[in-house]
Amino acid sequence: MDVFSDPTNFDVYVTGFLWILKLTAAGTVGALILGVLLAAMRVSPVPVLRGFGTTWVNTFRNTPLTLIIFFCYFGLFSTLGVKLSDDIDRNNYWLGVIGLSVYTAAFVCEAIRSGINTVPPGQAEAARAIGMSFFQTLTIIVLPQAARAVIAPLGSIFIALAKNSTIVGTIGLAESSNAMKELINANGDQVIAIFLVFAGTFAAVLIPTGYAFGWLANRMAVKR
Amino acid sequence: MSTDAVLYDHPGPRAKIRNGILTVVFGIALLALLYWVYLKFDEKGQWAAALWEPFTESSTWTDYLLPGLWKTVSAAAVAMVLSLIFGLVFSVGRLSDHRWLSVPSGMVVEFFRAVPLLLLMFFIFYGVPFITESPMPPFWAVVAGLTLYNGSVLAEAFRAGIKSVPRGQSEAGYAIGLRKSQVMQEILMPQAARAMLPVIVSQLVVLVKDTALGYIIGYAELLQSVNNLAANFGNIVAAAIVAAIIYIAVNASLTAFAGWLERRTRRKGKAPKSADPVPVGAVEPIGD
Repeated sequence: MDVFSDPTNFDVYVTGFLWILKLTAAGTVGALILGVLLAAMRVSPVPVLRGFGTTWVNTFRNTPLTLIIFFCYFGLFSTLGVKLSDDIDRNNYWLGVIGLSVYTAAFVCEAIRSGINTVPPGQAEAARAIGMSFFQTLTIIVLPQAARAVIAPLGSIFIALAKNSTIVGTIGLAESSNAMKELINANGDQVIAIFLVFAGTFAAVLIPTGYAFGWLANRMAVKR
Repeated sequence: MSTDAVLYDHPGPRAKIRNGILTVVFGIALLALLYWVYLKFDEKGQWAAALWEPFTESSTWTDYLLPGLWKTVSAAAVAMVLSLIFGLVFSVGRLSDHRWLSVPSGMVVEFFRAVPLLLLMFFIFYGVPFITESPMPPFWAVVAGLTLYNGSVLAEAFRAGIKSVPRGQSEAGYAIGLRKSQVMQEILMPQAARAMLPVIVSQLVVLVKDTALGYIIGYAELLQSVNNLAANFGNIVAAAIVAAIIYIAVNASLTAFAGWLERRTRRKGKAPKSADPVPVGAVEPIGD
């Protein structure tokens, strides 16, 4: 544990996890908004919207996140000239958030769609019978019920997102995997301690989060 | 609920017009976006024939893409076999009646599921050589990382599968005098394996995608060879697009295979009817 008693090393550790935290937070918000929109598109009456949603899901779910982040850097930033900040770390951070969001949104969309499938058809039929439009049926009747069914899968998706944040290190952000690599290279005699601290931090945060989502899902489940 | 046409009525004249307008507006917005991308790419000369020509030559494929794909597939295949074994051992371990076996198994599975795969690979690739004092081949770093992570996910999938087998099945086994290990081997595992077949194949998609992490530690898989290719021809965007298409083709066919397997097992009506449905979250094959 001597490694971390050195303030510079401790700083590296803290900064790494702060980036992970920020990536996870922004990525979660982005993925949730995009994912709900995509799910709504995929069940909508307009064929073009449905096609767009399907294409999105099939494309991003089957492409490695490493490659997507790669694209964000070389495609969005280098070629399309999308510059999100003057600070290089900030810029990479936002590129990473975009990559994580578009990738995770595909999974969120599928989870919500399967959640919609757990709502009995009679609910939507009743809504239609009293004259609700598609938009009303979806937002007032179906999605609120679906939301309770998708807590568990969404939980695992966001836990995966937190872990996937480490991949943004590919484009040079000093997040925790890069921080760990740096510390290991500098302190070869204490690799096990370094790994246990970094991996332990993830485990200490994510395992209880997983159980919390499981508990919440059970509590909120609609008994049918 | 089947989402087709339950959420909305057959369109009447007004709805038809509204849908038509939405189609046109969204279509135009999408085309405008694509055109902007096209223009920007054009500005940077990304459509120059020289950048795309390499993909029509067989040497590009035999020198870069196919060897990369082969490395990806071989790492994924070895990791899949190993993680199946890992998953089997730890799922049975976790269900054991002996606390000295079930508690550590549970801890191992929970730990490796919670640690990011990249962190694991970095530790194995950069850290372990300090301990063993011999370099770690990137192939084994990738395979070991994938095995520990996917093995843990599969262990949870198997456990959910075993628990979804109706209790009467094992009771019947005990009634005719089988021991616990026999009940597990002859009755529970075969049924669980069948019920979990689609999940296992979907996990293979995750595994194939995750081999791309090998690029970060310098394993010469598809993404790495695309990078080398781009270094030679200066066509990073074109090369990455081709790589994405290859990944999507491989994974989409695996997903289709999983869907086919699921339909097939369901059609025969032999998949165990779960008294206690498999918790969705526990076996969701997601992430890296």
